[in-house]
Amino acid sequence: MSPDPRPAVISRRLQGVRRLLAVTGGKGGIGKSVVSSLLALCLARAGARAGLLDLDFTGPCDHLVLGFGAGLPAEESGLVPPLEHGIRCLSIAHFVGATATPLRGEEASSMLVELLAVVRWGELDYLIVDLPPGLGDIPLEAVRLLPRGQFLVVATPSAVAVGTVQRTLELLGQVRAPVIGVLENMRRRAGTMVARMAARAGVPFWGSLPFDARLEEALGRPERLAQTKAYAALEAIVRAHLLG
Amino acid sequence: MHEFALAEGVAVTALEGARTAGLRRITRLAISIGELQQLDRELFAAVLREVMPQIHAELEAVEVELRTVPAVLGCRACGREFGWDACVASLGQTAAEAVHFVPELVHAYVRCPQCGSPDYAIVRGRGVWLDQVEGLP
Repeated sequence: MSPDPRPAVISRRLQGVRRLLAVTGGKGGIGKSVVSSLLALCLARAGARAGLLDLDFTGPCDHLVLGFGAGLPAEESGLVPPLEHGIRCLSIAHFVGATATPLRGEEASSMLVELLAVVRWGELDYLIVDLPPGLGDIPLEAVRLLPRGQFLVVATPSAVAVGTVQRTLELLGQVRAPVIGVLENMRRRAGTMVARMAARAGVPFWGSLPFDARLEEALGRPERLAQTKAYAALEAIVRAHLLG
Repeated sequence: MHEFALAEGVAVTALEGARTAGLRRITRLAISIGELQQLDRELFAAVLREVMPQIHAELEAVEVELRTVPAVLGCRACGREFGWDACVASLGQTAAEAVHFVPELVHAYVRCPQCGSPDYAIVRGRGVWLDQVEGLP
């Protein structure tokens, strides 16, 4: 018996979630948070019941992408993620706002267990989990604690990013985590670097989101985000691979 | 209240522990509550009594013993160990509530009283855990 009672109830908390997608990539700055947030927005606008969990505890930014502020979640036999722009969202920013929260590995893991044990997601078609960069505690804990999770891997067409993302794909294979696709982000010109990486790993290549200079101005405003080229490209990918 | 979520975890884990130990009926649970979690002991006991029979009829009328474990935070920068008393005075209501929900959030609000560093470990006194499950074979 584990003396820690939290892990035993995680599957109960997630039993109303039909599909759990974890967005990863290993490398920082490749747009995991933007992709995660746009993905949740896309699904919600298509009529799906969507949730978004930002697991980047030290550098959360989904709240900046979608535009939601601090404010503690409601308590109702657990914590209920607030509904933001039609999406059930939970971020550490709900608790601490912009305050820096330094966390070492074991405590970050414990925080993840706590959130998964006490947050009630209710009935959702999709829960998007935005993972932090790296191959450390949180991505590994996500694999362990979210056995129904499917991984969507984001990469940018740069040799620097691809090198790291490739290691992420290798690790996910070693821990037998299902990878459902690779998504190229911030594509500036024609090229096959990311598609070839996906092929080498034997993972479906879902397509590309173009680099979109207008995205920065649209941050925090979902209506404007939905008018960007990146969103339009993602919408087509979501229709083909998730809603189709 | 999120005490329900924690109580549910205790009940499910106790049941699993009893099964593993070959206990047919659970008679007593010993549970520790970390001070950092700021759970009201009487309230948590009441919630447990309400939640346990909902998990399994076997968990009705189980004796529950709760003890609070004082929080100890150990600064990695200067080595000073400090307790919750040294932190609580400087916390506002929202911060205290955030720590109550997720104890690790203490790192956002509390600094070492000696050197001001945010780099300290929670040495003892976080969370809720089961110390003992007693029952009849």
